[in-house]
Amino acid sequence: MSTDTIAVAMSGGVDSSAVAAMLRAEGHNLIGLTMQLWNQRRLAGREGMPEQVTGRCCSLDDVYDARRVAQQIGIPYYVVNHEDRFEREVVRPFVAEYLSGRTPIPCSLCNNHLKFDQLLVVARQIGAERVATGHYARVSYDETRQRWLLRRPADHSKDQTYFLFGLTQDQLSRTLFPLGDMTKPQVRELAHRQGLAIAEKPDSQEICFVPGGDYKRFIDAYLAEQGEALPATAGELVTTSGEVIGEHAGIHNFTVGQRKGLGVATGSPLYVIQISGAQKQVIVGGEENLYSKTLRAKRVNLISVEDLREPMRVSIKIRHRHEPAAATLEKTGVDEILATFDEPQRAITPGQAAVFYDGDIVVGGGWIA
Amino acid sequence: MGMPPRRVYLDNNATTPVLPEVFEAMRPYFTEHFGNASSIHTHGQETRAAVESARESVAALLGCRAAEIIFTSGGTEADNLAIVGLTKPGDHVITSSIEHHAVLHTCKHLEAIGREVTIVPVDGRGQVDPADVQRALRPTTRLISIMMANNETGVLQAVEEIGKIAADAGVCFHTDAVQAAGKVAIDVNQIGCHALSISGHKFHAPQGVGALYLRKGTHLDPLFYGGSHERSRRAGTENVPGIVGLGKASQLAKDAFDRGDDKKMSALRDRLEQGILAQVEDAVVNGESEKNNRVARVPNTTNIRFEHIEGESLVIALDLKGLAVSAGAACSSGATEGSHVLLAMGLRADQVRSSIRFSLGKQTTDEDIDFALALVSETVARMRELSPSYRKEAISS
Repeated sequence: MSTDTIAVAMSGGVDSSAVAAMLRAEGHNLIGLTMQLWNQRRLAGREGMPEQVTGRCCSLDDVYDARRVAQQIGIPYYVVNHEDRFEREVVRPFVAEYLSGRTPIPCSLCNNHLKFDQLLVVARQIGAERVATGHYARVSYDETRQRWLLRRPADHSKDQTYFLFGLTQDQLSRTLFPLGDMTKPQVRELAHRQGLAIAEKPDSQEICFVPGGDYKRFIDAYLAEQGEALPATAGELVTTSGEVIGEHAGIHNFTVGQRKGLGVATGSPLYVIQISGAQKQVIVGGEENLYSKTLRAKRVNLISVEDLREPMRVSIKIRHRHEPAAATLEKTGVDEILATFDEPQRAITPGQAAVFYDGDIVVGGGWIA
Repeated sequence: MGMPPRRVYLDNNATTPVLPEVFEAMRPYFTEHFGNASSIHTHGQETRAAVESARESVAALLGCRAAEIIFTSGGTEADNLAIVGLTKPGDHVITSSIEHHAVLHTCKHLEAIGREVTIVPVDGRGQVDPADVQRALRPTTRLISIMMANNETGVLQAVEEIGKIAADAGVCFHTDAVQAAGKVAIDVNQIGCHALSISGHKFHAPQGVGALYLRKGTHLDPLFYGGSHERSRRAGTENVPGIVGLGKASQLAKDAFDRGDDKKMSALRDRLEQGILAQVEDAVVNGESEKNNRVARVPNTTNIRFEHIEGESLVIALDLKGLAVSAGAACSSGATEGSHVLLAMGLRADQVRSSIRFSLGKQTTDEDIDFALALVSETVARMRELSPSYRKEAISS
């Protein structure tokens, strides 16, 4: 029986509910917390946005589910309002990234700035020294390295370490990922065994604040709500050899690797190769131009090593659904690296994260420049 | 989780426990005296008598005639009934920025159904300037709705002055007295209002019952259609046990004023407030101006901000240690929403978020205040040690 108190981040979904039930069954003192991050009704009914948004993160249904689980297993439960910070640290950067031609990952920002930062502060202030979440990842202390390690979970198909590369040593030392050794079917099975009503609730898939995954409509609706005009992001479609072959309505409508919706007809298929925020140009070319052997990452956070004193062999994920590819890391600045892949990689996309692995161990990660 | 050794409840502006005497008065009306007060038989006559004597007790508390009391399901219904029922399309309504949502959101709805609404501001102490109400008057003004006491700060509004303005202009005056009833003496004739809302559970009657005072001769359209209950102003079978409870609580409240209990209450509140200010650094009573010319408040409420503390976290931390207080309003998810009242008083968003309301009840004891004082200072100190912004400021200063 542990004597310290653990705060469980509860979303109302199966994973975090199972975590709460599991830790409770183990006899821990728990406090259930749900972060209210975004008011789903805020943009509802605006042009291009649905009237009703149900069954989504931060929806009343999810809070209801989380609260019922907490009541059922008998732990104190509170909803904490972090809407202001979420908008400032996640939503606004998300919009700004798209408008400057990059493809952002809000989940990592949310983990870095809210779930493992602000929530940990709140948890400690209310008397819990550690936070447990339903992420699929593993955390452990390595005596030889004298560092906290983040590792991929047993179930690689649910691996969420890609979104967790920003965790600091202090944050990792105060984090529990009880699902790291379990598969999703095992988690559902556990939820059933504990009699949790949410055991069969579907997984959430998309970005929690963007209904239907349509980020373009979200950006339009959000800017309209803010009384801000959509900046002029229209410009030229240019081939890799510099030839202007058409125009586009705004760089935020494009992602590197995108093939559809370019608005030009050519003999061979064209892909977005690069987006130039400064010139508002979308550079297109054949598939072969999508491949690149190097990437630069900024705002790098290192986990398994304190510093990169010499080049290091790793494998790198350049997007969530990407099989890690072998590469060599070299430090190029205070928190900047250059990665050189053994084989060229398809569609290395600025704004996404590059996460470095040594087997199952997360070496660190950074934002693709 | 082990039960905390003690629970102290200082959130009496949210709701109060039903007093044992009130509960005893209600008890026979659940089982023994169950009749429908509209029935002509003996069962009905018994409950009718109970309803009417409760009406007299409520009238006595408010200084009006029994026939001027309409029982409702609570303060929100009383506010809605007055605001919607006293206005017609084309009418203009004046209200203030610090009203309870039962008034503010009703006024917002009025705009949607063809009334015009002016919202007057408050000063830094949380008080409406009656001159602003005067200036907002239009030829089409039909109703002024300004609360008697604010739920978050406890600040009393200049309702008598506003009553005079309304009388001079020949417009109706409604005051939401939900947070005043049972805490300060109320005399509807002195206020000069046409309508006044109260809620039972804010002064030790049960939840689910309230009343609207409506001055004799004032026409009001009902919200509900049905039977001729409450002189056709509020259809629906009476909540007899609740009404009996409201009557008993009104009687007890009146007796308590006669004994001077409100002075004891304010002494207890002042001890809590002064104790916190003395023990906790960077704690400020909201609405207190530099010159200390504080406005009158109900005796049970204080609203204090603790710089560099998230009020929401403080409420949770205190709850886990056994002290119930509140911060702002709960939104539908149960998270805390920034207080529109404190924002209207000109506080910055971070100051609003660092504010906590303490509200005492009749059951509050000296020992409760000691417990709260010790726990608040200890908890705030611990939280500040873990607050990134407090540490930053401490290092830079």
